Amino acid sequence: MHGTRILEETDRLMTVCNSCRYCEGLCAVFPAMEMRRAFSDGDLNYLANLCHSCGACYVDCQFSPPHEFNVNVPQTLAVARAESYAAYAWPRALSGAFARNGLVISVVAALSMAVFILGFAAFNDRAALFGIHTGPGAFYKLMPHNAMAVLFSAAFLYAILALVLSVRAFWRDIGEPIRGRADGGSIFQAIRDAGELRYLHGGGVGCYNEDDKPTDRRKLYHHLTFYGFLLCFAATSVATLYHYLLAREAPYPWWDLPVVLGTLGGIGLVVGPVGLFLAKVKRDPALLDEERYGMDVGFIAMLFLTGVTGLALLVLRETSAMGPLLALHLGAVFALFITMPYGKFVHGIYRFAALVRYAQERRDAG
Amino acid sequence: MNGKYDVLVIGGGNAALCAAISARRGGASVLVLEGAPKFYRGGNTRHTRNMRCAHDAATEILTGPYTEEEFWKDLLLVTGGQTDEELARHMIRESKDILNWIVEQGVRWQPSLGGTLSLGRTNSFFLGGGRAMLNALYLTAEALGVDIEYDAEVTDLVIEDGMFLAARVKRPIEGATEIRATSLVAAAGGFEANIEWLKQYWGEAADNFLIRGTPYNRGSILKMLLDKGVQEVGDPTQCHAVAIDARAPKFDGGIITRHDSVVFGIVVNKHAQRFYDEGEDIWPKRYAIWGRLVAAQPDQIAYIIFDSTVVTSFMPTLFPPIAGATVAELAGKLTLDSAALEKTITDFNAAVRPGTFDHTILDDCVTEGITPPKTHWARRIETPPYLAYPVRPGITFTYLGTRVTKEARMLMKDGRLAANMFAAGEIMAGNVLGKGYAAGMGMTIGSVFGRIAGREAAKHARN
Ligand SMILES: Cc1cc2nc3c(=O)[nH]c(=O)nc-3n(C[C@H](O)[C@H](O)[C@H](O)COP(=O)(O)OP(=O)(O)OC[C@H]3O[C@@H](n4cnc5c(N)ncnc54)[C@H](O)[C@@H]3O)c2cc1C
Ligand code: SF4
Ligand code: SF4
Repeated sequence: MHGTRILEETDRLMTVCNSCRYCEGLCAVFPAMEMRRAFSDGDLNYLANLCHSCGACYVDCQFSPPHEFNVNVPQTLAVARAESYAAYAWPRALSGAFARNGLVISVVAALSMAVFILGFAAFNDRAALFGIHTGPGAFYKLMPHNAMAVLFSAAFLYAILALVLSVRAFWRDIGEPIRGRADGGSIFQAIRDAGELRYLHGGGVGCYNEDDKPTDRRKLYHHLTFYGFLLCFAATSVATLYHYLLAREAPYPWWDLPVVLGTLGGIGLVVGPVGLFLAKVKRDPALLDEERYGMDVGFIAMLFLTGVTGLALLVLRETSAMGPLLALHLGAVFALFITMPYGKFVHGIYRFAALVRYAQERRDAG
Repeated sequence: MNGKYDVLVIGGGNAALCAAISARRGGASVLVLEGAPKFYRGGNTRHTRNMRCAHDAATEILTGPYTEEEFWKDLLLVTGGQTDEELARHMIRESKDILNWIVEQGVRWQPSLGGTLSLGRTNSFFLGGGRAMLNALYLTAEALGVDIEYDAEVTDLVIEDGMFLAARVKRPIEGATEIRATSLVAAAGGFEANIEWLKQYWGEAADNFLIRGTPYNRGSILKMLLDKGVQEVGDPTQCHAVAIDARAPKFDGGIITRHDSVVFGIVVNKHAQRFYDEGEDIWPKRYAIWGRLVAAQPDQIAYIIFDSTVVTSFMPTLFPPIAGATVAELAGKLTLDSAALEKTITDFNAAVRPGTFDHTILDDCVTEGITPPKTHWARRIETPPYLAYPVRPGITFTYLGTRVTKEARMLMKDGRLAANMFAAGEIMAGNVLGKGYAAGMGMTIGSVFGRIAGREAAKHARN
C-alpha cells in the first residue's frame, strides 16, 4: 500500500511496464524501473522525478487509453512528481502552497513587493520616484543599495535553505538501496544529462506535443529559459562583485559584462517562457497534469515578468519610467525567490537529484 | 479518397505499411485501408518487439554474425521441414537488406538490450517497441503522400478470373463505397481473432483460447480470397500459441501476459496432474510449445507451480502469482484437488536427483522414475509460500494463408498467377511457416514480402 492514490497508480503502471519493457531504450525511467521488482514510495517518487515528460512512452505504448490497461506513464508521473514536491517541502506547513494557484500567488507577491518598494521610495522622497536618474547609483535613488541587498539576500537565503532541506528529504527517501552520498562522477554525469536535457528526446526523435509528430521545440524553449536564467543569475553575481570589490555602482553601460549577460539572459527569459507556455497550451491534454496547470504557469509567468521588466528597465532606464519599472522588476525577482521552494522551480532541483541517483545506480550496476 | 488508385493496400500493420511505402516509392498512387480505428491501427504489429534478419557481421545493434545458412537451419528446425524452401531462402536473403531499408523508412533500433531476452545476436529490437516502429512507418507513408483511411473495413472484393477489380469498404459515417485500383496488396493479417473460424478446427476448446493480439484480425480478407479462387497454403490448425496468464483479457493483452517460469517449476492440469516434460528445451522453444500443450488439456487450463525460492529468477509478471502457505492452501485457491496436488508435488520432489542448476543451458538437474520426467532444471518444490500462475492457450497468429510466389504474387487454385493480386505478412506466413516459430519471424515475413509486394504491385500498375 502506498501513501497516496497517485502512488498506487504509479505502482500499477510500473508493474505493467516492468513486465513489458518495450520502452527501455527511451529514457532513464525504464532502466531505473528494471532495477527493481517492487516499488517503495521513495522509488516511485524517484522514478517520477526522472521523467522529463517527453511523451514518447505514451505515443509508443500499445496499452495507452482507450486500451483497457490504461497505461499513461507521462501523465501519471507528472501528477506523482507534482505531489512529490509537496510531500518533501520544507517547512511542511507550506506544502499546501503547491496546490494553490501558483500564478495568483506569484503575481500577488510580485505586485506587493513592487508596491512596497514604490511606497518605500515615495515615503523617503516623492520626487525620486518619477525623477530621471542617470549615472552610477541611479537605481539607489529609489532604495539604498544596502536595503536592497538585505531584502534580497534574506529572500534568497531563505529560498536556498528551504530547497536544501526539501531535497535532503527527497534524497533520503529515494536512496534506500544505494550509497548515501553523491559522488563527483555521478554529479558530473547528472550535470551533463540535465544540461543537455538528454531525456527530453523521446529516444532520439524529440518530444511529443500536440500530436504524434515529435519535435525539439520544447527542448529549445527550455534551454532558452534555463540558460537565460543562469545568465541573469551570472549578471547579478558579477554586478555584486563589481559593487563590493571594485566599488562600481549600477547601472552599468550597455557594453559592460553584467549588462551583456543580463541582456542575453533577459532575451532567453522572454522567448523561452513564451515558447514553453504556448507549447503547454497546445500540448495534448492526455500528457498533462492539468490540475497543476497554475503552478507551472505561475513559474513561467514569473520568469517572463523578470525578463521583460529587466529588458524594459535597460531600455527605459534614463526616463521617468525607471522608478516604477525598477520597482516592478525587483518585485518580480523577489516573488521568484520566495516562491521558488514552493513552485515549479523545484522540478529542476529534484530532477537533478534523481539524475545523480540514476548515475550512481548505473555505476553500481557496472 | 479520390479517383482510382494504382495500388490498394488492405491492412494497416507492418506488412501493409512496408508495401504502401515501397509502392509509393515505386511511383504509384497508394491507398491504405485499415479496418481498425486509429488507435488500434497496425493490428498485431503494435505488440511486437523485434525482427530476425540475417547479417554477416556484428553491428551496433547486433552482437554477432547470423548467416543466411544459420537462419535457414533455424527455420528448418522449427518447421520440421514444412516450409517452401525457395521462398524461405529468398526471404532470408532479402532480410539482410531489410535491416537497413527499414531504418531508411524512419524506424529506429535499440542500441543495446537491457536483458529482456537472449536474442541480441539474431534479432534487432525496435526502439520503443512495435507501436513506435509503426508510428514511424505511418509518418513516412504520410510524408510520401500515401492516403490512409482508418475505420475502413473491407467487406467484399470484386475479383474476376484472378483479377482484382474493386473493394467494398464499410465506413461508419458514409456507409459503403466501392474502391477501384489497378493492383491489390492484401496484408490484412490472419484469422486468430475469429473464434468461430478457429472452432472449425479446434472444436469447443477454442472458446477457452485467449487472443494475444488485435481483435480486428478476423481473417475476412483471407476468406474472401480463398473463396474467390486463390490457392490456400498451410495447415489451418497450425498457429503460434503460447501459454499466457489465464487472467488476461480475451483480446489484445499483448506481450505482458506471457510467463517464462515454466522451467522453474512444474505444470499441472485441472486434475493436478503433470502432463509434459517442463525441462525439455530452452527458450524460445519451450515458450512456443506450451500453448498447444495447454490447449490439449481438459478445459484448456493449466497451472505453473513453483515455490518462493525462484520468484526473482524470471521476468516480473503483470498478474501476481497466487500464493498459499501450504500446498493444500494453494490447491484451495486454485480449486484443485488438494490431495492430488500434494501427491503430485511429493512424487515430483522424491524423483528429483541432485545436480548443478543453470537455467541458461540444458543442465543436469533431472528427475528419475516419474512420467513425464523433467529432464533439466528439476529442483524440489518445498519452500513456502507455494506459488502458481494459471495459464491458458494464447493465440498469437495463424498460418493458413494464400499461396504466393517469390514476387509475393498470389497463385490461383488452377496454378495460374493472379493477374494483379499480391499478399504480404501474416496472411501468407504459412508459405514459410508450415508449423513452429522462431522469435522475430513474423516481422521478417511482413517486411520482406511487404516491400516486395508493394514494388511488384506498383510495377504492375504502371505497366
Ligand atoms: C503479443 C504479440 C507479440 C509479438 N511479438 C513479435 C515480435 O516480437 N516479433 C515478430 O516478428 N513478431 C511478433 N508477433 C507476430 C507479429 O505481430 C505478426 O507476425 C505481424 O504483426 C504480422 O504483420 P501483418 O502486417 O501481417 O499483420 P497485422 O500487423 O496484424 O496487421 C493486420 C491489419 O489488417 C487489418 N485488417 C484486418 N481485416 C481487415 C479488413 N477486412 N479490412 C481492413 N483492414 C483489415 C487489421 O486491423 C490490422 O491492422 C507478435 C504477435 C503478438 C500478438
Ligand atoms: S509504457 Fe507501455 S510500451 Fe512502454 S514499457 Fe510501459 S507498458 Fe510497455
Ligand atoms: S521521459 Fe518520456 S519516455 Fe521517459 S517516462 Fe517520461 S514521458 Fe515516458
